[in-house]
Amino acid sequence: MAFNIYDFTEFTRNIDAGLRSAMSPGWAVFVEYLIIGLIFLLFYAVVGLFLVYAERRVCAFIQNRLGPNRVGPQGIFQTIADLIKLLMKELVPIKNADKLLFNIAPFIVIIASFMAIAAIPFAKGLHAIDFNIGIFYVIAVSSLGVVGILLAGWSSNSKYSLIGAMRSGAQVISYELSVGLSLLTIVVFSGTMQLSAIVASQADYWWIIKGHVPAVIAFVVFLIASTAETNRGPFDLAEAESELTAGFHTEYSGIRFAFFFLAEYMNMFIVASIAATVFLGGWMPFHLGPWTGFNHVMDYIPPFVWYAGKTALVIFIMMWFKWTFPRLRIDQLLTLEWKYLLPINLVNIVVVAFLVLMGWYL
Amino acid sequence: MQEEIVKNIILGEDEDYIINMGPQHPSTHGVLRFEVSLQGERIKKVVPHCGYIHRGIEKMCERDTYAQIIHLPDRMDYLSAHINNEAVCLCVEKALEVDVPERVTYIRTILDELNRIASHQLWWCAMGMDMGALTTFFYGLRDREKILDIFEESFGSRLIHSFNTPGGFMHDIHPGFQKRIKEFITYFRQKLPEYDRLLTNNVIFRERSIDIGTLSKDDAIQYGVTGPSGRGSGFSCDVRKIEPYGVYSRVEFNEILMTEGDVMARYKVRIAEMYESMRILEQLVDNIPAGDYSAKMKAVLRLPAGEFFQRVETARGELAVFIVSDGNKSPYRIKFRSPNFSNLFIISKLAEGFKIADLVAISGSLDLVIPDIDR
Amino acid sequence: MRSVINYIKEILWGVRTLWTGMRVTGGYFVSPGEIVTQKYPENRDELKMFEGVKGEVIMPHDENNQHRCTGCGICQMNCPNGSIEIITRKEMTPEGKEVRVIDKHIYHLDMCTFCALCIKTCPSNALAFGPEFENAVFDKTKLTKILNQPGSSIKKDIK
Repeated sequence: MAFNIYDFTEFTRNIDAGLRSAMSPGWAVFVEYLIIGLIFLLFYAVVGLFLVYAERRVCAFIQNRLGPNRVGPQGIFQTIADLIKLLMKELVPIKNADKLLFNIAPFIVIIASFMAIAAIPFAKGLHAIDFNIGIFYVIAVSSLGVVGILLAGWSSNSKYSLIGAMRSGAQVISYELSVGLSLLTIVVFSGTMQLSAIVASQADYWWIIKGHVPAVIAFVVFLIASTAETNRGPFDLAEAESELTAGFHTEYSGIRFAFFFLAEYMNMFIVASIAATVFLGGWMPFHLGPWTGFNHVMDYIPPFVWYAGKTALVIFIMMWFKWTFPRLRIDQLLTLEWKYLLPINLVNIVVVAFLVLMGWYL
Repeated sequence: MQEEIVKNIILGEDEDYIINMGPQHPSTHGVLRFEVSLQGERIKKVVPHCGYIHRGIEKMCERDTYAQIIHLPDRMDYLSAHINNEAVCLCVEKALEVDVPERVTYIRTILDELNRIASHQLWWCAMGMDMGALTTFFYGLRDREKILDIFEESFGSRLIHSFNTPGGFMHDIHPGFQKRIKEFITYFRQKLPEYDRLLTNNVIFRERSIDIGTLSKDDAIQYGVTGPSGRGSGFSCDVRKIEPYGVYSRVEFNEILMTEGDVMARYKVRIAEMYESMRILEQLVDNIPAGDYSAKMKAVLRLPAGEFFQRVETARGELAVFIVSDGNKSPYRIKFRSPNFSNLFIISKLAEGFKIADLVAISGSLDLVIPDIDR
Repeated sequence: MRSVINYIKEILWGVRTLWTGMRVTGGYFVSPGEIVTQKYPENRDELKMFEGVKGEVIMPHDENNQHRCTGCGICQMNCPNGSIEIITRKEMTPEGKEVRVIDKHIYHLDMCTFCALCIKTCPSNALAFGPEFENAVFDKTKLTKILNQPGSSIKKDIK
């Protein structure tokens, strides 16, 4: 089996052929599902742990200090130690809480983020589900997370949780509009919603360069809107520590709290991957159109590394936002969306449609 | 039984939603309980409950002699510990009609201003943290460490010094005192514009603080809101200008007054006060006269019978000490008029009609230190 | 039209202030300058405290195991909250006189407020502040210390 790190299509096709020859097609498909599910679970856990560590380190450097540096070399096992601590904590049962909804809520949040991650291309040929409505699917599925948040707040039977959940619900529902519309600009530019086709269309330049001004505006708007979608950064009043203790996950302890915590970081990862795929070229190296020599040099770096680098850059920008700005109040947040981001988005789409019609892009 | 003790005293209509921002809360800077009656996100009424850290300082002072009571006012408003102590010492010295050496007055004023800067630095970091900008906490503390190093070198402890005593000081200052202060001034003058770039000019911060919690000048005078909170509304109440003590009559500094009275005005008053304090330090640091570090006092101090009063300007407002003496070794009654007690109760008026996030911003801008409220 | 221009100006001004703030923190991320924290338990060997740090009250003994405490009890009288207890005993000097000598100088570290009155008012300068600041224990009785070491005696020529 050829293991070519530049193109995984051969590899996956060989595995598929091998499985189909060993067992009946139905079983082969089932085994493939199992393998992919396990790989994603592992990926989810490892990336989540790494992101928590990265956030603590980034935040510490910004604040003139060191961050975790004792548990393991350079502190890389710190998150594992925290996870073990959370696993051993007592799960405090709440009086008069709605038991079923209380237990289900963390799982809904995690399932929503799992489903979104399945549609993202990691490298050429390393793509779990390649829908022809890729972007539409991702947006639709990631908005299921808000159901989990609302259920968590409601079923905790606590005033703080309820206020936090209501605020968060309003926030997430409003900002989904902006997320969708800003992704729509690239859909109009590239003419397709299929994620692998969008990545392939960035083979000469990335869309953020090709689509000059409107694409940059759409990128900035997407960054702001997706920070708000994931309840992070200056939009984190749903879990504002200094105001309402912990908002919608006040009453959760131990492993259930770990789920919410992990889901927040994975949402950030997903949103960053989408930004990297759609605006910054996904796994496509940095090509500059007609300069084939330069492109050839850039091709030496494997696509997986390009993808990881771009996602890391966007994640770093999101962390930078969080540690610099004060929090927005709920009415200011909603003002920002409905009075500023939405009109900008609409005007942007009209401009993009006009540009595509006239062919005025690279 | 437990529910009856912690009774909610807001008797509202049925649709009121009463929330406790309880004694343990990350943003009330101490043990203070706010009972907030909400309608949606809007606050209808706020009632503060204090008294969780009442230690009976005034009663404890009645059994100590005049030299021994200095270890208690330190612990009231611990962020301006030196200024509190100075108030008690000035009152006792006034009653005994003792002339303290010139060196002592100079150094007391220098330490006052250092304490004021340290207290405002801590206020800035806590205010940023309450608003959500978590890095400001670390930047403020990093700069405050330089002042705490100065204190640790001369007195041995960082926050609560117990260095003042009626008649002067316990011992002389360290020889490296002046050099460290000059280094600190050069360092901090270069860091202070960073505070402006990070927080003051930030559009999010401005949206959350302009026109929020407006305190009119009449209300400030009626409720007795002094210090930077009162000066943000135009109430000219700086005791350093009205009744100068120490060396304040001989240094040049401005009293910062703003007229808007909102959160941003109080914020700007404190930042400008940091600049003014550095200006005072620059005028004083090179001119400390040589001399004794204390006047000669008797071993046991007995104040003549009568009533004695002294006011000083702490970092938060006007602190006044009133001693009633009947000729004994201990005061018959000592009363502290603490600035935070008067500043606290204006919150119920300021926060009506705003949202919970604004309550946090308003109480941060009033800069309350809870042990001073409860004494 | 004017309102549209104001709207755009507002947005651009807002973005510019946000970018200035981000530059400050970004600058610290790239070059943190001096790290303000210290790796505490590991740096005990290189830790230099200032002299005169108020760690706890000690009675300095010189190399002959002699201290300067006469047992007069002035520190006990001056302590505001009773953290010092002096226990004395009578002893015969070689000349045949009976003098008072310090037996135990009990110091309650858990009640001390570090006001330094005992050090200041001691007529023979017997007490001082020591630099030991790691005084946390699990057992509160360990915080009641006896300041004069066993077998020590007072220096000569102290009144």
